[in-house]
Amino acid sequence: MKVSYFPGCTLKTKAKQLDDYARSCAEVLGIKMEEIPNWQCCGGVFNTSSDEIATKLSAVRALSYAEKQGQPLISVCSACHNVLKQTNHAMQTDAVFASRVNHYITQPGQAAAQAYMGNTQVYHYLELLRDIIGFDRIRDAVKKPLTGKKIGAYYGCLMLRPSSTMKMDDAENPRIMEDFIRAIGAEPVIYAMRNECCGGYVTMEDPALSQKKSTAILRNAEANGADFLITACPLCKYNLDKNGNIPVVYFTELLARALGIVEA
Amino acid sequence: MEKNDIQNTVKEIIRISGVNPKKCIKCGKCSGTCPAYDEMEYHPHQFVSMVDMGDIEPLLESPSIFKCLSCMACVDRCPRGVEPAKLIEAIRSVKQRMQGSNHMKPDDIPALLDEELPQQAIVSALRKYMK
Ligand code: SF4
Ligand code: SF4
Repeated sequence: MKVSYFPGCTLKTKAKQLDDYARSCAEVLGIKMEEIPNWQCCGGVFNTSSDEIATKLSAVRALSYAEKQGQPLISVCSACHNVLKQTNHAMQTDAVFASRVNHYITQPGQAAAQAYMGNTQVYHYLELLRDIIGFDRIRDAVKKPLTGKKIGAYYGCLMLRPSSTMKMDDAENPRIMEDFIRAIGAEPVIYAMRNECCGGYVTMEDPALSQKKSTAILRNAEANGADFLITACPLCKYNLDKNGNIPVVYFTELLARALGIVEA
Repeated sequence: MEKNDIQNTVKEIIRISGVNPKKCIKCGKCSGTCPAYDEMEYHPHQFVSMVDMGDIEPLLESPSIFKCLSCMACVDRCPRGVEPAKLIEAIRSVKQRMQGSNHMKPDDIPALLDEELPQQAIVSALRKYMK
């Protein structure tokens, strides 16, 4: 099966491993990720003001491209996924917003053929694993199970919220990452702060705030016995790495190890 | 701000946020769950009640609009579906669209960089702090 893939700016730079492992694991699991040509940065955050148009056009272009390929749109970065999914939701539910967006992306007289109305299916890579491939098939494909490892899933906010739009999981009691951890043979550690914010982009101008948030999360995970944490977000990884002692790794790297694509 | 201007700006904030402050029952859950609570001068529930009262000038001038992490915890956990973060975002949008009101400038960025900082942090900060 082929899917359209939106890597995003950080997966092409600081988080290259996240990109490489995502592609090579998908290949082994029978999915070809076709990178969208000339994709543009999603901007990292979705502005919830409904009259904000220009900053959402790059997401709409990616969504529209995937629709023309007849493929679902996949991203790995939590922030890209959040922006793509929220933009798609706005295109589906806010007719005035959709109309204004389509004025920007269609040629005069071509609206019927070129307009985008929110029909693309948007998946986070974890949802690809759960809903398209299936965790059972992943369990069967595992060559080197991570037996005995106690892993804390760090969700953060962007994958889960706003939950009425993201619809990935129960935002207060999620299990998709824990099920992933079980599928690769390790043991998930449940801790209360797994879905609380790491301090996000505020780290740029108020690092003390991000430090406070990240430290509390790391302490909570450590107290519950996690050997290390997994994340899907480069910004979460940055904030957590900077402020604690437990290693934080991209979930795709663990998948690659379990599938025998890379050595531990 | 002129009285008229205030009234129109309140309408604009309500329209672009889609938030109806009248639904709020003042339970304080949004502020109780807010990870930026300690850093805020005005807290999420106060944003809601102050917009409802038309008391927006202090909010437009407050650094609190730049402390919100957009974590959407208040949006998910409000028992009335008020979605306070959308109101805060609308006020931040209105503020930054004013002349000379960008909270961060591209020239400020080099001094804030370190080796590990992901591009995502920079683009997000620019979207949140600039028009
Ligand atoms: S979205 Fe902003 S106001 Fe709401 S809980 Fe998060 S940091 Fe606080
Ligand atoms: S949680 Fe909702 S109802 Fe309660 S104070 Fe905040 S906005 Fe009002």
